[in-house]
Amino acid sequence: MDAGAFLSIEDISVGYGPTTVLDGLNLAIGKGEFVALLGSSGCGKTTLLRTIAGFARPAKGAIRVADRNVTHLPPDKRGMALVFQSYALWPHMTVTQNMAYGLKLQGRGRQEITSRIGELQGLLGLSGLGDRKPAQLSGGQRQRVALGRALAIDPEILLLDEPLSNLDARIRLTVRHEIRALQKRLGITAVHVTHDREEAMVMADRIVVMNRGRIEQQGTPEDVYNRPASPFVAAFMGAENLLDMEVSVGPQRINLAGQQVLAMPHHRDLRSGRAEIRFRSEAATLLRPGESPPAQAGGLELAGGLELTGTVANVSYPGGHFRHGVRIGEREILVDSPAPFNQDEHVRVYVPSSALFIFNTSTDGENDRQTEAISN
Amino acid sequence: MTTRIDLWWLPRAVLLGLLAFIIFGPLTNLLLWTVAEKWYFPHMLPLDYGFGFWQRVFSPRGNAMVSLGSSIVIASLTVVVSLALAIPAGYALSRLRLPFRGLFLLAFLIPQAFPNLPVYVNIARFFYQIGLNGTIAGVVLVHVTHGLVYAVWIATAAFSAVDVDLEEAARSIGAGPFRAFRDITLPLAAPGLLASAIFVFLESLDEFTGTYFVGAPDVTTLPLLLYTASSGGNYQIASITALLLLIPSIGFMLVVERFLRADVLSKVGH
Repeated sequence: MDAGAFLSIEDISVGYGPTTVLDGLNLAIGKGEFVALLGSSGCGKTTLLRTIAGFARPAKGAIRVADRNVTHLPPDKRGMALVFQSYALWPHMTVTQNMAYGLKLQGRGRQEITSRIGELQGLLGLSGLGDRKPAQLSGGQRQRVALGRALAIDPEILLLDEPLSNLDARIRLTVRHEIRALQKRLGITAVHVTHDREEAMVMADRIVVMNRGRIEQQGTPEDVYNRPASPFVAAFMGAENLLDMEVSVGPQRINLAGQQVLAMPHHRDLRSGRAEIRFRSEAATLLRPGESPPAQAGGLELAGGLELTGTVANVSYPGGHFRHGVRIGEREILVDSPAPFNQDEHVRVYVPSSALFIFNTSTDGENDRQTEAISN
Repeated sequence: MTTRIDLWWLPRAVLLGLLAFIIFGPLTNLLLWTVAEKWYFPHMLPLDYGFGFWQRVFSPRGNAMVSLGSSIVIASLTVVVSLALAIPAGYALSRLRLPFRGLFLLAFLIPQAFPNLPVYVNIARFFYQIGLNGTIAGVVLVHVTHGLVYAVWIATAAFSAVDVDLEEAARSIGAGPFRAFRDITLPLAAPGLLASAIFVFLESLDEFTGTYFVGAPDVTTLPLLLYTASSGGNYQIASITALLLLIPSIGFMLVVERFLRADVLSKVGH
């Protein structure tokens, strides 16, 4: 694996009984990196995290931390700390006792423990709450105690199992940044499991999109968002609009059912034949008949784009813009627009080449099933 | 306007009265007997009240104190042995996958499934051969087989109520398996384990058949004393003994009611 990898997962397979959850998975994580494992429930992301932590036993493969093979070490000997989705705070201990437990296990002196926990409580905004029991804390405070308990032992690797999913939406947004800032400041290596795309994008250096026990794609948030490698990733990253078309691939342009669009770098693996086209509702523009598409850098001729005609089936206002359901043939797609269009109005939908994600339709129809599972 | 009398109170009152009589009737009778000096048919109430029989029961020559002592020793030992078995068994069962769990839990019920008498007669015969008959150890063993059902079932429920996450959280920040059990799981399961200890204690205090076959006449517990007294027509002694048996039961029940939380109870047998 990578020479620079601090935590490397090599050819890991994990199963519960007859079902295989992870199958020959490889992943290398650098020191100080924040990696988000992103996927829908049942994709194996939590199993991967528990395997790294030592709570799930791999059938084959190895896990190395700084070239130390930890595959067969028990969880307590791995130098990692796991933050649980349920926080798993011990109800019979106070906040301070919870946080100090790891240091007590290490046999640190009372003086040292007191000062370190005091410092951490200050850092996490828990000062003055040390004598409370977990039951007397709010959700956000509990989450911080759980984080503090894990950070107290100064772990080499911090593992986060959907730590924000039990928080109020509003608190969640601030906690994201807090965790990220803390991780950067401490220079700790972190693996974060989540099913929330935005959370992964905001927090992580690198996103690993998982599906059915395999890694679909990994890369920077920008990479994964703008250059999805598979229909599954495209759909998961919000490109929910789906059209089926016949494509023929030229050297610079792609012919989409008679229309020429510019071939973008992320289209390079495309072959001619049936393909599914995906794009985000906010990437498309809604036009009245005769209206011209918005000007783009390099001019319309150079940028090119896909134009579709249809009728407005419904209009809603989710805030900031109007969302239109546009019926195009058999399919209905969603298009955002700053101004509302009328119901049943004939419209044109313009999607610039850079916003089009085009994938060859696989013969066994597997992609269809996968992506449908996401949109449900 | 006519005030309509709701006649429904009548059957309800009768039912409640009957229920109260069923519960408190025998208890009142028992209490009366403990302070009756003289009471015979056809009199509804004792003719003479007094504590004469209490003096006899608690006199150095009476067997009550000895029986009470051995009852408590046996019950305590039964609790210790049962818990020593039930804590590891209950913990293992609570963390085991389901199909086997039900089977194991059921297995502990088997001693209860057969008629007691033939089982105890056989145990007595066997204990006689190996010299356990008439010893405290023999009686404790019999009580343990009896009490283990409660101990294991309640201990399993108590450990099941402790979320695995809590234990794993300790493991993940450096606690070995025994340390995590001692610091996290055991204290959190303690109320349930205490309840199971109390049940076993009360069961042992109450047990008659096994004690009779294995222990008598060398080991006399309170129920055996009660039996001897009442079969000899000595209702005062029998009632006082019964009262002695009742006190720990009621006291402990109040404790159990406090400690056995709903989340533990809901997991009994699951």
